[in-house]
Amino acid sequence: MTATDDPTVIPAGQSPAAALLDVRDLRVEFSTSAGPVTAVDGASFEVRPGETVALLGESGSGKSVTAQAILGIVPKPAGRVTGGSIEYAGRDLLAPGTAGSLRGREIAMVFQDPLSSLNPVFRVGAQIGEMFRKHRGASRKQARAEALDLMRRVGIPAAEKRLDDYPHQFSGGMRQRVMIAMALALSPKLLIADEPTTALDVTVQAQIMQLLARLQAEEGMSLVLITHDLGVVADVADRVVMMYAGRVVETGPIREVYDHSAHPYTAGLMGSVPVIDGPRQRLTPIQGSPPDLLHLPSGCSFRPRCQYAGTICAEQEPPLLPAPGRMPGHQSACHHADQVLSQGAPHV
Amino acid sequence: MGAYVVRRLFFSVFVLWGAVTIIFVVLRLVPGDPAYIMLGPDADQAQVDALRAQLGLDHSLAQQYVTYLTNVVHLDFGQSFRLSTDSMTLVMQRVPATIQLASTALLLSLLIGLPLGVIAALKANTWLDRTISVFSLLGQSTPSFWLGIVMILVFARNLQVLPSSGSGSWAHLVLPTVTLALPFLAILVRLTRSGLLEVVHEGYVQTARAKGLAEGGVILVHALRNALIPIVTVVGLQFGALLGGTVIVETVFAWPGVGRLLIDSISRRDYGVVQAAILLVATIFVLINLLVDLLYGFLDPRVRLAGDR
Repeated sequence: MTATDDPTVIPAGQSPAAALLDVRDLRVEFSTSAGPVTAVDGASFEVRPGETVALLGESGSGKSVTAQAILGIVPKPAGRVTGGSIEYAGRDLLAPGTAGSLRGREIAMVFQDPLSSLNPVFRVGAQIGEMFRKHRGASRKQARAEALDLMRRVGIPAAEKRLDDYPHQFSGGMRQRVMIAMALALSPKLLIADEPTTALDVTVQAQIMQLLARLQAEEGMSLVLITHDLGVVADVADRVVMMYAGRVVETGPIREVYDHSAHPYTAGLMGSVPVIDGPRQRLTPIQGSPPDLLHLPSGCSFRPRCQYAGTICAEQEPPLLPAPGRMPGHQSACHHADQVLSQGAPHV
Repeated sequence: MGAYVVRRLFFSVFVLWGAVTIIFVVLRLVPGDPAYIMLGPDADQAQVDALRAQLGLDHSLAQQYVTYLTNVVHLDFGQSFRLSTDSMTLVMQRVPATIQLASTALLLSLLIGLPLGVIAALKANTWLDRTISVFSLLGQSTPSFWLGIVMILVFARNLQVLPSSGSGSWAHLVLPTVTLALPFLAILVRLTRSGLLEVVHEGYVQTARAKGLAEGGVILVHALRNALIPIVTVVGLQFGALLGGTVIVETVFAWPGVGRLLIDSISRRDYGVVQAAILLVATIFVLINLLVDLLYGFLDPRVRLAGDR
């Protein structure tokens, strides 16, 4: 990965290697009745202009909390960012007020469940139009026209009639289109989609992914796709950031990571995906259960579930390092990355 | 929507019939013959009998009930036993004073209760929230008659800044309004606080933040509008308690409203006036509840559409 740590403003159209979003050593803690929980524990990754990055991980891996931290909407007072930095186009998103001033305008977000994420008591046209009224001072009429335009762009049929409908009158897929329309209202440079298809029917999932990919290409914006579904992002993402127990365990170009996993967790996930056109074989699930964030093991968090685990894994937390002998930009946080690479998917 | 209102109005008739019947039975179960009470202890039996015949009290209860229902349908509650005026007219004369008192109390509660509830929710579990919560609990538990008397002692007798009783000026309205409003206001604070705390973690509140709206807009538009839905229902039901409260408050402050007329009439066994007043209060209560249900549909589009189908 090329060094792009220059924290200056990046004007549009500059070298695509310069990061639009740069997350460094991010730590987010939540206070719970059982004690403090570190939901994000030193995560680092970057997103370049126009790029699609998949943030992968199981529930509790810290991917949604990372998104909340980027937008500055970590639920208070339970959660707070305790360390690291987030820079957006050279601006410190953790500085007071910065995230708030960019939210909705430059950085937008689409949530998992469009039914609970849309306000049930307001018409969708008004909810989309609110972006123009609040941020651009548009009149009711202008906002309505803009909302109509957006609803057409995201492929809502009979948009003219549906402007005055309420969220519950829409199907799941249409609701998510409304959410996307709302997020795109002010042409943000970065769109974060948190499990945008998880709550939808399988047939609708592909449509929404296609819509996101199309809009991303049209707008030239960066897209962070948060998901636990390896398949959903395979076709649309450029790079993948794999999270486990609040840490980034592997990152790199998506095909590279999928085909040459350099971390046992990623390799394990690949091994548990059925291959339709390949030879019939038993699926190999990852052993053990997801980590308990309250009682993480010493050293590497994945250690208890890992077949490669040795004494060093209990003693030292593995740093994120270039995967040995692989493409530049492919990094893995595993003491035994070379072993994992040489064996391919693990067989139990 | 129209069919719904008609259906609700139809059922309201039964509710009112129930209220009218209960008050008929209760009044006649209460010991004390109106004729004796009106004529005083010195009256002889002949006088009492004559008055009873005049009032229709010599008929059987069933007969009285039928006559009574027929009259109620015509809104005819007969002459007041005591004042020789039409009972309904007597009650209607007192209505404006009660409405004035109840509506200022309602307004005061909303103006103070809602903002306090919002503040308590936003500052949940801080000293400010705890202070507001303690005072609202106190307000809810303080009996109106006690509060009224204490306020008269403090503001009218000791400080001499406000009149202790009667009506006529805005100053007269202050103490009764505050006394009547306090329990209602306290409930409103607690409801708003808990209602808002319930919705601030909803997805659409997070969405509103992600849209970059100012925190005030997030809370006052997106969160509060949803939190209000259950609050409106309880406020409607509590309005009945507010009307009940006017009986006590009007008596304590000698406020010339329906409540005080009701108390006076009960103690004098003035059946006609009591029945007219009860029917009126019951009608207001039923109408307010209907209004609340319609308002509920207005606040929550999901309910409105379900009702239309």
